[in-house]
Amino acid sequence: MAEAVSVAAESFAGGRARGARSVLGQVVLPGEELLLPEQEDAEGPGGAGERPLSLNAGARSRVRVICGPGLRRCGDRLLVTKCGRLRHKEPGGGGGGGGVYWVDSQQKRYVPVKGDHVIGIVTAKSGDIFKVDVGGSEPASLSYLSFEGATKRNRPNVQVGDLIYGQFVVANKDMEPEMVCIDSCGRANGMGVIGQDGLLFKVTLGLIRKLLAPDCEIIQEVGKLYPLEIVFGMNGRIWVKAKTIQQTLILANILEACEHMTSDQRKQIFSRLAES
Amino acid sequence: MEEERHADAKIRAETGTGSSPRGPGCSLRHFACEQNLLSRPDGSASFLQGDTSVLAGVYGPAEVKVSKEIFNKATLEVILRPKIGLPGVAEKSRERLIRNTCEAAVLGTLHPRTSITVVLQVVSDAGSLLACCLNAACIALVDAGVPMRALFCGVTCALDSDGSLVLDPTSKQEKLQQCLAAAQAASQHIFRFYRESLQRRYSKS
Repeated sequence: MAEAVSVAAESFAGGRARGARSVLGQVVLPGEELLLPEQEDAEGPGGAGERPLSLNAGARSRVRVICGPGLRRCGDRLLVTKCGRLRHKEPGGGGGGGGVYWVDSQQKRYVPVKGDHVIGIVTAKSGDIFKVDVGGSEPASLSYLSFEGATKRNRPNVQVGDLIYGQFVVANKDMEPEMVCIDSCGRANGMGVIGQDGLLFKVTLGLIRKLLAPDCEIIQEVGKLYPLEIVFGMNGRIWVKAKTIQQTLILANILEACEHMTSDQRKQIFSRLAES
Repeated sequence: MEEERHADAKIRAETGTGSSPRGPGCSLRHFACEQNLLSRPDGSASFLQGDTSVLAGVYGPAEVKVSKEIFNKATLEVILRPKIGLPGVAEKSRERLIRNTCEAAVLGTLHPRTSITVVLQVVSDAGSLLACCLNAACIALVDAGVPMRALFCGVTCALDSDGSLVLDPTSKQEKLQQCLAAAQAASQHIFRFYRESLQRRYSKS
């Protein structure tokens, strides 16, 4: 009942903004405005009760807060642009500001972000550049020199239709995305052309983030089932390879179904598979 | 702000639409919605209002043809398919109305030179079709994760065709205001329903 009353009050008051701290972990809708917690100046060295005089007595200092995906700055408030759960992370440095706020949303479409590791499919080879489809609005460009040990005479062996695991070095809304298969030291570090066989399939972006979280039970359980090779792309693509085709297909089905299963159902399925 | 300022109530003077006569300020027909029911579009939704049902699919932000691209914002396209027959002029005018509403709500500047396509299919029509299309489009855009600055919804109002009142412009104006007020009050129900159904979707994860 209290929830219904609060919703009515919010809408009749013409969109009264709520405090960000009070909605952590709850579902927020696009168009909502969130207030940031304001903090006062720290106590000066003069001791208890004394505070340094500020020139503009009316304004209180605000900590620097980072707006993550799904949020935009709107005046001194946060405007929610995507539907999902509001999350917050405290700053690690201890004094580096108010932390990060973001919205955990579920979507299927990928938008390139700098630094993301993705799986792409080579669609065209034009001169010195490969065009790689990453699932975004534009194909990304990959230069032939961005592979480990590649020189003008020693070209990498990449054909149209190959799978590439790389990361974005340029990815913003105004420019064509560019990716490379080496890190800043010039080493491949696992990136490059993905080998033969195996199966590539697509899942939602939220599932990928869940699977790549530091201690994910699903991956540990899957590893215990069969020996496998697996590559996760942040663009929703997973490549998996096991010893036989049947095992590969079973793994692909499990990972696709993981999104809609609770952990109990998952454990049941894993135990059933481990027996057979 | 949950309400979209430009389009918070869609009013059409309809006489004899076939929907049951209702007084001002009363409840809307029973509505239901289903999200993420289609596998190919990036976002999809099905909205039911009584017997009227519309299925919406959203593709985007996706590739756009060079002739249609806009350099600083996303190209929004709306396609409305009637239940039977080929789309005609009435569908085109509804598409334009829905497109203007979506453009005001969607943050197109975040995805320049891309296209966002909304495809609406009328499954059954029993009155207030435009409002149902708007609601289905909104839920489908939210389901696709397209960044929006506000939600929008549609509510249809009908004016009674009373001979003596139609002749008098001021009382006709008054009736219009009553319709506006009733539609605004009813749109709160729809927004509350959006919130509940989206919360239900996220409560599983």
